[in-house]
Amino acid sequence: MTGLPDGWEVVVGLEVHCELATATKLFCGCANAFGAEPNTNVCPVCLGLPGSLPVLNRRAVELAMRIGVALGARIAPSVFHRKNYFYPDMPKDFQISQYDAPINRGGRLELPDGTVVGIERAHLEEDTGKTTHVGGTGRIGGADRALVDYNRAGVPLVEIVSAPDIRSAAQARAYVAELRAILVATGASDGRMEEGSLRVDANVSVRRPGGPLGTRCEIKNLNSMRSLGRAIEFEAARQIAQCAAGGQVVQETRHWDEDRGETVPMRSKEEAEDYRYFPEPDLVPLEPDQRWQAEVAASIGPLPAERRVRLLHLLGAAPTPAQAEQVRSVVASDLDALVVAACEHGAPASLALARTANEVAAEPSSAARLDPAAFATLLVLEASGELATSQSKQVLAELLATGGDPAEIARRLGFEPMDRGELAGVIEQVIAEHPEDWARFAGGEDKVRGPLIGAVRKATGNKADPAAVGRYLDERRARGS
Amino acid sequence: MTPGDTRPDPRPPAIGPEQVRHVARLARLRLSDEELARFTGQLAAVLDYAAELAELDVEGLEPMAHPLPLRNVLRSDEPRPPLRRDEVLEQAPAVEDGCFCVPRILSGEG
Amino acid sequence: MSPTALELAAAVRTAERSARDAVAASIEAIAAGDGAIHAFVEVLADRALARAEQIDAAVAAGSDPGPLAGVPVALKDNLCTRGVPTTCASRILGTWCPPYDATVVERLERAGAVVVGKTNMDEFAMGSSTENSCFGPTRNPRDHARVPGGSSGGSAAAVAAGFVPLALGSDTGGSIRQPAAFCGVVGVKPTYGLVSRYGLVAFASSLDQIGPFAATVADAAAALAAIAGHDERDSTSLSDPVPELAAAVGRGVLGRRIGVVKELVDGVDRPVAARAREAAEAMAAAGATVEEVSIPQLRYGLAAYYLLAPAEASSNLARFDGVRYGLRVDAPDASAMNVATRTEGFGAEVKRRIMLGTYALSAGYYDAYYARAQRVRTLVAQGFGRAFATFDALLGATTPTTAFALAERTENPLAMYLSDTCTVPASLAGIPAISVPFGADPAGLPVGVQVMAPALGESTLFAVAGALERAAPPERRP
Ligand SMILES: [Mg+2]
Ligand SMILES: [Zn+2]
Repeated sequence: MTGLPDGWEVVVGLEVHCELATATKLFCGCANAFGAEPNTNVCPVCLGLPGSLPVLNRRAVELAMRIGVALGARIAPSVFHRKNYFYPDMPKDFQISQYDAPINRGGRLELPDGTVVGIERAHLEEDTGKTTHVGGTGRIGGADRALVDYNRAGVPLVEIVSAPDIRSAAQARAYVAELRAILVATGASDGRMEEGSLRVDANVSVRRPGGPLGTRCEIKNLNSMRSLGRAIEFEAARQIAQCAAGGQVVQETRHWDEDRGETVPMRSKEEAEDYRYFPEPDLVPLEPDQRWQAEVAASIGPLPAERRVRLLHLLGAAPTPAQAEQVRSVVASDLDALVVAACEHGAPASLALARTANEVAAEPSSAARLDPAAFATLLVLEASGELATSQSKQVLAELLATGGDPAEIARRLGFEPMDRGELAGVIEQVIAEHPEDWARFAGGEDKVRGPLIGAVRKATGNKADPAAVGRYLDERRARGS
Repeated sequence: MTPGDTRPDPRPPAIGPEQVRHVARLARLRLSDEELARFTGQLAAVLDYAAELAELDVEGLEPMAHPLPLRNVLRSDEPRPPLRRDEVLEQAPAVEDGCFCVPRILSGEG
Repeated sequence: MSPTALELAAAVRTAERSARDAVAASIEAIAAGDGAIHAFVEVLADRALARAEQIDAAVAAGSDPGPLAGVPVALKDNLCTRGVPTTCASRILGTWCPPYDATVVERLERAGAVVVGKTNMDEFAMGSSTENSCFGPTRNPRDHARVPGGSSGGSAAAVAAGFVPLALGSDTGGSIRQPAAFCGVVGVKPTYGLVSRYGLVAFASSLDQIGPFAATVADAAAALAAIAGHDERDSTSLSDPVPELAAAVGRGVLGRRIGVVKELVDGVDRPVAARAREAAEAMAAAGATVEEVSIPQLRYGLAAYYLLAPAEASSNLARFDGVRYGLRVDAPDASAMNVATRTEGFGAEVKRRIMLGTYALSAGYYDAYYARAQRVRTLVAQGFGRAFATFDALLGATTPTTAFALAERTENPLAMYLSDTCTVPASLAGIPAISVPFGADPAGLPVGVQVMAPALGESTLFAVAGALERAAPPERRP
């Protein structure tokens, strides 16, 4: 991360819009699905046809409550309001959202490095449709017309608003990564940022450390971790430059232009927004009772922080920085259960973690089908030296693609694992043939270890696992024989 | 704006042409000068009549958004068949590529 | 005298008379008489006759087509009808055809009723005279120089003219009861939530209710029974059992406690007040305990209503923006297109209320107007609550005057709004109310008496209404 000029601090609060993983929309029975043909998942309600009325989706409420529980928020009686403004992607020209009585109030999110970010609220609202600007330059403003698809209109969202507790672009990314992991862990979201399941707006201001908060700008359209980090850095630098030049930051909404790598003002400044919020008369208040809240709380599995602790515990010794990162990524991609299961089947924890974080995570669609017992068997073969690392990875690729028995796959690939006794015989023969090298190695000269291993591999037609050969040599030297 | 507050002096200010013009802009209506004058007079008369509410002591009364005591009206998360797309688009003023087509959107809108 | 809905249905169900004949008679009556009245904006002759033939076939096959078998009904044109234009009497909807039926339309048809047409109204139900219609005004069948009331004036007139025995309207601040009174028919605003609003194009969602017009109280009860009851598509629909309606009509008022609401009698025109007092006396004569009661909060109802209803309307009518359906007036950008479409598509009264409501909700005015009006609404509901602690039902005038002349109030919105003063309080409180014809003024114009009951007190409401109908002075039709 590039640093800020000395004597400045950036203050960031994030608003994360999370599409809930329901089967249907927030107020109607249309499918909540990504990627359908335009305007095929629409009905009178989500098209805002005259006479239609909203009816609240119970599952959406429950997922919102799960998010609240996971963030340590208070689940409160809530009221839906109408937020009135005109825009073609909003079928009713108002958005049904929660205003001064949101379902989740307060809360906190602890980042893996221990930083605590306050949560102000996490409320339910409906998504808008999707607009495509066409003709002309194709950019908003430069296009000559726009096409509207209402499939997304009415998809349930929870908007999670953080306190302005974030102090760097890196921290903002860590916050979103942790939040995403929590949303996936609770089943509230599929977490797919590239499909718009998570969308981030950032409120950014700058100040002298310890000084009063500066004027903030809201940046919209941050649809990837990369955009988030870049946009915050750009915006902080822009505001600092403005202040340093004796100017003032104007409070406004800005749009992140990914191609140009800059934020640009979005709305006209002279007309202040006036959303005329008032209670949505077509819906009734939501008051989850204690029993319902308890049921929802009980339905949530362990959260990412707890799951990370469990993996670290499996590792035993203090994790290396690389392992700590592997633990984070494995939990974030929801693969920690595989590591745990593989360990229960006897796999060494560090190997299971590394293979899962790298090879398995790279094949997310196959990962779910991977049999932990077979995975563990493979890792044991590798650890015992019966398969070389490169061979083991090839077998894993097969296992991910088609499943099956690792030993059989290895045989099919021609990785006839060498019998331990057979390997020992070859090594002894090589030692006998290279007495000088052995003497130097036994005397502590480690640089001959490689050539000895090479000679053994050569003698076996490269079948022998170098790690296993190395271990044999080390052990023999330690025994002093 | 906080919809829970009451003010010490609830008697609202009179409405003038400037407010009417502002409100028309918010509501996406255009008024001719003649209409502006006429609507200002008519709205002022209604609001003046409504100003009698300022006489009432409403301190401590809950605002009534709804005549019903209903709570937690929910539906199950079960899909219902959508409308046929041709049925949806056949009512639209302009259609392109299965979408509703509108003139260009200026970035300042919304 | 044309048969009542119940007589007609009984004849159709026993094959004494065909539904086709009943529906054809209705369509002929409309063809012959509606030119002078203009109650209908669309007559669905072919559709209605086809439907009537299905009912006759069902009867012939021995199955029961329902309690309203073959009864021709008219629908206010803010009720969605699948594949049939639903205009709300507004240019902005153009030739919009909803892809679905309102719940009440489904239920009426399930009960065997046959929709013969859509009726005229004030644009988006905003008005009290049915003069704010893009199709031109409806005239009062009792005096063509006078308004039928509004906003459901077309439905009231269609029943009063004898075109149909039943019609549906919508009542937000009196839009069923006031035209019923002006036209001399029965009009019911049910308890808020008793009838599903799904498919009713919203004016003010927290106040809108659909209800029937009929020539008799018993017909009104039958129509309400057909459309009432829980609907999962409307979150504000009550799941309570529907009150007993048909049996209540003949029950009488012996031992009932009826309060005559001072505020709904004292301030109204003398002939109207006189009929209301006679009605009260008639109830006493029929065995009820009748006393005067004052509910001083009611006088603030109208002012609160004219802030709350426009506020909700300003939001409900935002969707008419030229993007998805109805009128579009082209312009170079989307925002300008919205402005051009709305400016051309909405009539003056709708614009007035949209602006009034936008103002009441806007930053800086919300507390002084909207929030205060909501608290006054609480006050009005509390006033009724106290009165219902003593009385089973309340009685007063439906309107301050009898039907006024066409064009008399179109230039003075406030004067027009004042004609809702007696009906608005029940709307604010969400309680059921009915207007029953009770005599006439010296000019022979009908007078309506209003009965109100506690929420879901429709049984009491219909018992009192039935007794009033039996006690009403004999009709002097011109
Ligand atoms: Mg939001
Ligand atoms: Zn839908």
